[in-house]
Amino acid sequence: MSGSRKVTAAASVLLLLSLAGSVLLLRRLDQARTTATPEEVLYLNSPKWVKRLSLGYDGLLADIYWTRAVQYFGGRHVVGAKDYRLLYPLLEITTALDPKLIVAYQFGANFVAPNPPEGAGMPDKAVALVEYGIRNNPDNWKLYYELGFIYYYMKPTDYGKAAEAFERGTKVPNAHPFLRVLAAQMAQHAGEIETSRMLWQAAYATTQEELLRKNAVAHLRALKVDEDITGLETMVARYREQTGVLPSNFNVLIGEGMLLGVPVDPDGKPYKLMPDGRIELRSPEDFSFVVKGLPPGYVPGPPKFH
Amino acid sequence: MIAIETIHLEKTYAVGFWRKKPRVALRPLNLTVEEGEVFGFLGPNGAGKTTTLKLLMGLVSPTGGTARILGKNIYEAEVKAQIGFLPEQPYFYDYLTAKELLEYYAQLSGMQPKERSQKIDAMLERVGLKDAARLQLRKFSKGMLQRVGLAQAILHDPKVVFLDEPMSGLDPMGRREVRDLIEELKQQGKTVFFSTHILSDAEALCDRVAVIHQGELRGVGRVAELTSSVAGKVELIWNGSAVPAGFSALGAECYTSGERARAVVADVQQEAALEILRRERLRLISLTPVRSSLEEYYLQKVNSAVKPAGVAQ
Amino acid sequence: MSRVVYIAANTFREAVRDRVLYNLIAFAVLLSGAAILVGQISIDIERLVVVNLGLTAVSLFGVVIAIFIGIGLVSKEMEKRTLYTVLSRPVRRWEFIVGKFFGLAGTLLVNTFFMAVGVFAALLYVSHKFQSSDAWILVALFFIVLQLLILCSLALLFSSFSSPLLSAVFAFSLFVIGSFAEDLRLFARMTRGLTHGLAATAAYLVPNFSALNVIGQVAHEQPISWHLIACNTAYALAYSTMAICGAVLIFERRNLK
Ligand SMILES: Nc1ncnc2c1ncn2[C@@H]1O[C@H](COP(=O)(O)OP(=O)(O)OP(=O)(O)O)[C@@H](O)[C@H]1O
Ligand SMILES: [Mg+2]
Repeated sequence: MSGSRKVTAAASVLLLLSLAGSVLLLRRLDQARTTATPEEVLYLNSPKWVKRLSLGYDGLLADIYWTRAVQYFGGRHVVGAKDYRLLYPLLEITTALDPKLIVAYQFGANFVAPNPPEGAGMPDKAVALVEYGIRNNPDNWKLYYELGFIYYYMKPTDYGKAAEAFERGTKVPNAHPFLRVLAAQMAQHAGEIETSRMLWQAAYATTQEELLRKNAVAHLRALKVDEDITGLETMVARYREQTGVLPSNFNVLIGEGMLLGVPVDPDGKPYKLMPDGRIELRSPEDFSFVVKGLPPGYVPGPPKFH
Repeated sequence: MIAIETIHLEKTYAVGFWRKKPRVALRPLNLTVEEGEVFGFLGPNGAGKTTTLKLLMGLVSPTGGTARILGKNIYEAEVKAQIGFLPEQPYFYDYLTAKELLEYYAQLSGMQPKERSQKIDAMLERVGLKDAARLQLRKFSKGMLQRVGLAQAILHDPKVVFLDEPMSGLDPMGRREVRDLIEELKQQGKTVFFSTHILSDAEALCDRVAVIHQGELRGVGRVAELTSSVAGKVELIWNGSAVPAGFSALGAECYTSGERARAVVADVQQEAALEILRRERLRLISLTPVRSSLEEYYLQKVNSAVKPAGVAQ
Repeated sequence: MSRVVYIAANTFREAVRDRVLYNLIAFAVLLSGAAILVGQISIDIERLVVVNLGLTAVSLFGVVIAIFIGIGLVSKEMEKRTLYTVLSRPVRRWEFIVGKFFGLAGTLLVNTFFMAVGVFAALLYVSHKFQSSDAWILVALFFIVLQLLILCSLALLFSSFSSPLLSAVFAFSLFVIGSFAEDLRLFARMTRGLTHGLAATAAYLVPNFSALNVIGQVAHEQPISWHLIACNTAYALAYSTMAICGAVLIFERRNLK
């Protein structure tokens, strides 16, 4: 059997070599093709055609498109691409194939509506997508919530439409009670930060999808920072009114009994009190979506999720 | 020189899809076949004959033991060039003609192009397929395929030829031709190892035979000795419908049929038996020494196998 | 080595006699019918339609044939016991497998060649002349051949250990899965932990047919990069080698029925 052993050894070695070779080549191929054209990502760009060609296997095909959508967004996107063009068609095809895929609508509301760089800047398309979802899933209160969410974050905020959307949601059996609160707050244009916080907490609670949750957490962190800094800057202004000078550091404010300790951001890092009385974040790159506490001239990078 | 040698060669198949159960096809087999011998491998259906041949051809791997052909390991290419093999119920490529098939096998055996075409034509003639040389094999009858199988087994002039039931599927003429062919191979000094159920063929052709049953070698013997040796018994036949009481004391096997009675006794008891007949005034018709035939040998070996447990206790 | 050639030649002859190339007639009918139809009804996109349809047909016909004769190669020989007489000659088992592979590859090559002639004839019929971008069609055809090589090595691998029907099912499923190989790899990259290990292994083991399908691009007269051609060629060779080595390893140990 010595001949056979030789063949076995040679075949095994060759097998491993060619396996390694093919994996390396696949990596090269993937690299060469990262700049995939929209056509490649979509395969077919008409929802009707995809549906027709699915030969009844639309569930499976929907899953493929959904995977592509999440991948396109979650994988390539977060590292810096600012191209959301494809997100909407991908979601459109996905939901055409499987109209019950709620998470796809949630994705749409979160990432199709906002303006770049946070989203595709197509609120009308997002509204159309979610309305299509509502037509197909009229009993799902989450979709009404998403619709209101889009209107609230539109620029300028459409309080009327948002209130109407939340209101519609309250009529659905088993709707979450916070829809009623939100509807009321919309109607009276209530305190911005409080409402935002509520919306994002709701966003976190209504989904299991990790990316959506991370997005909500990032926004909640940003709200906390904005709120903290607004408070601190008010405090500094008051101190200046009383003493005529700017505080040189937080200890001065602590000595005055205005603060209990050095204030820290959601990561536990102390805020910086600048000589001109502004408050800044110690590491602004750790926060997305914040509007306050940024150094002058700071250009925010693409959104980061934790 | 030893042509074929098996050393504790054994095979156990694992049968079943999930829980594999062992199925013994061949118990450790020790066998040697001398060069130039025609060796018959006898045994009932399922005895393990084909299994042994497949092991020798390296088509299945043994569970234990080894085998050598012409003193070399059976897996060596050199050995393979010197052997020919006819499987049982051979089957070949449907879309080739007999001639193309032989051509292909000649190539695989490493024959030279010049040598090939001459030999192939001669071989087709020899196995009686000259007229069918250009017919595709899927149009062949069973016996014709058997003939093609024989042709491919001996085409490259091998030193050792293995034939698994070479006579099966052949017409009386064909069987005769195969007998002649084996004789001829013997004349040329080839070693022939063949399995068969047909004892008369084995008796006519073989130098030696082995009997295998239930995967176990039950006996090996020289055909000349098996058929000529006096078995140490005599047969008495006399007129009369009864067997005298004295015979049972002699340990005789007795049979009666109508007017005749028959008894087989050991030859040392011959005088005593004759004495009993004389005393009873029965007329002896014949007294003959018993000659063992291959068939008897075969039946004895195979039957002894059926009740080995009972005998041992 | 010469035995590999003999086995390959015999395999080729058997396949051709087994009326494998008859599929070309069906192919020719399909394509000329389509060409005539397209020539009459669609203006501007005749070339597009003929290229798309022609290359897709070449690919599908090739796949079906590769699978069906590929499967027959080893398992049919085993089932019908034609192998007995071959392996009792000075033929090593790996020589048998490799010979079979080349025989089948040759059959597929000839088959594809005739179909390619058909595609170009149809193209000439609808557009009355060839243009330089038609050369990319050759590249697409080359990729199809690479695809078929991979597929026939896989058919060989499966038929070295399973029944013909199961082998056909395996090979065809891998063809379908392999067409989504890129998605699978993307998907694998998104998973975590144990799933990641499993998904990544599966994604890299599945043959990558997605990069080998450039029919759409070619139909739109888009050029194909040399880098892609080189990578794909190397990949197809590596993958077929891998599958054949697997087949050899299994077949070396295989007990014949
Ligand atoms: N592939 C296999 N798997 C399982 N068992 C097998 C296999 N091949 C043979 N056997 C078993 O091995 C034993 C011997 O079979 P073998 O074919 O060697 O018999 P044989 O002597 O050639 O019989 P016959 O005269 O009918 O040809 C049988 O009991 C058979 O069931
Ligand atoms: Mg048998």
